[in-house]
Amino acid sequence: MTSHILIRSLDRGAVIFLIVVAAVAILVPILNLAVPPSSALHMPTYLVALFGKYLCYAILALSIDLIWGYCGILSLGHGAFFALGGYAMGMYLMRQIGTRGVYADPILPDFMVFLNYKELPLYWYGFQSFPYAALMVLLVPGALAFVFGWFAFRSRVTGVYLSIITQALTYALMLGFFRNNFGFGGNNGLTDFKDILGFNVQVETTRNALFSISCVALIIGFLVCRAIVTSKFGKVLIAIRDAESRTRFIGYRVESYKVLVFTLSACMAGIAGALYVPQVGIINPSEFAPANSIEAVIWVAVGGRGTLAGAALGAVLVNYAKTYFTSGVLAPYWLFMLGSLFIGVTLLLPRGIIGTLHHWTALRRDRISAAAEDGVAAPPPEPMPAE
Amino acid sequence: MTALTTALLYLDGVSVSFDGFRALNNLSFMIEPGEMRAVIGPNGAGKTTMMDVVTGKTRPDTGDVVFDGSHDLTRLDETEIAILGIGRKFQKPTVFDSHTVFDNLELAFKGDRRARSTLWWQESPSEHHSIDEILQTIRLTGVQNHLAGSLSHGQKQWLEIGMLLAQDPKLLLVDEPVAGMTDVETHQTAELLKEINREHTVVVVEHDMTFVRELGVKVTCLHEGSVLAEGTIDQVSENERVVEVYLGR
Repeated sequence: MTSHILIRSLDRGAVIFLIVVAAVAILVPILNLAVPPSSALHMPTYLVALFGKYLCYAILALSIDLIWGYCGILSLGHGAFFALGGYAMGMYLMRQIGTRGVYADPILPDFMVFLNYKELPLYWYGFQSFPYAALMVLLVPGALAFVFGWFAFRSRVTGVYLSIITQALTYALMLGFFRNNFGFGGNNGLTDFKDILGFNVQVETTRNALFSISCVALIIGFLVCRAIVTSKFGKVLIAIRDAESRTRFIGYRVESYKVLVFTLSACMAGIAGALYVPQVGIINPSEFAPANSIEAVIWVAVGGRGTLAGAALGAVLVNYAKTYFTSGVLAPYWLFMLGSLFIGVTLLLPRGIIGTLHHWTALRRDRISAAAEDGVAAPPPEPMPAE
Repeated sequence: MTALTTALLYLDGVSVSFDGFRALNNLSFMIEPGEMRAVIGPNGAGKTTMMDVVTGKTRPDTGDVVFDGSHDLTRLDETEIAILGIGRKFQKPTVFDSHTVFDNLELAFKGDRRARSTLWWQESPSEHHSIDEILQTIRLTGVQNHLAGSLSHGQKQWLEIGMLLAQDPKLLLVDEPVAGMTDVETHQTAELLKEINREHTVVVVEHDMTFVRELGVKVTCLHEGSVLAEGTIDQVSENERVVEVYLGR
């Protein structure tokens, strides 16, 4: 059963993608830890953390491609699920600080002492345990997506209307998390982390481990998505994307499919956020900003929606460009570049990078097979019916 | 609800209005099990609205729609009605363009439609065999691995009929199956529908009178949302009111 699903999921492109990610997972820590800093091949630690961040974005992009590329649900608020997963991990990391904080309170994180909290809010209970926090990383975004999807999809909210309410969702959460009395550190968010599972988050080995774990998470996320989109469930998703009402008329309960895939996607986004936080060292309400979610959609569009590998590639490329351009003289113009990139891709490369490659190979295959038919075994032409 | 009628489909006093326009006006008729019925009528007579009401796309303002003697269709949605056994072919052929012909049939093939079962679903040899048979019936075996979007208009119409066959419903509603077809294709479609009618109840909505004549079944003529005349094609086409409606007064 499992092997059957695995064989079905792995086409040539998928195998190449997996090999590349696995190679990166092994090579980067070697270049950072084993190669001496004097060597030209040495990879500085800040780059490891930077690329680790890109990998988390790649997982977020996968989760968006799963619902947008395959089911036509354009969520412009997926950053909300990413940030919620991040906050769940951040809460665990805060509870690990213990007496090493500025105020040295064994239970209360610094910002709570500062804001005169007398005791830990109920919803912070349990976050000192990693398994509990890990469960919340999946459960909180998943539950929110389930409830949101249940109402939205059952009322048949689709297209641009759905996109708008996903924006409203992430915006509302941002405003909430900005408030000090919400209990998540307000404007400053959660930061100043010390340990994860007993390992210091600042040291090189932990950073490399987090990097490799992010690669593994990307691989698993990719395999899960491939297994989904190559199953009959995935075919129904594509059917919904292309002709939703037709799918209802042949007896599929469209809203169940949408709720399920939306929830799954939110859980994936949550995992991406949870891996992101220990690598960048902070989570604050700006992660909920609507612009972040829109940017994530652009990554997918650039890489090619409905291709999975393209989404991941797009996330890495666009973010690399962002890092490159925002650190030079061009910094003030980055948003213009991002905007033109989106317009350019939409107009000139509507299939995205990987989508265009797929399209070319398909065209070439068709030409070759057509040529073969003409040359080798040309069937006798059918008599044309008289007009 | 207890069985009120032996009819497979029973409409009684159905009215639907859109912004004051009465698309269906106290429409009543019934279809017996195993029957094939042709529904004709000028534009705006309510033919497509009638199908929308039966398949749950539109809720009637008043009236009863009963399927198989016991199911009140006015309370069910599209999915529930499809699962009960009513299949529909649309006026404009709608197939899943980015799936292959085979996958289109596989998606339509009767079976467990729930999300969790399609996740773990695997094709069975008997199902593959049945789909092969349908491919032969609709003459698309040669293009089964082509994308449905690349088919010609006539082939799409046939694929959609094939999807109905795969669904194996008790009642097929077929909306203008020969629109845009050549004479040869029209003739073949008539043969195909007759073949389908051996095992299924069929309601065909059509403009093409030659085609309706070729089917040779009982005809219901709609006008302004209600039944104007019913009978054989000759009886209906000789009816003065029908002539008046079709040719204008």
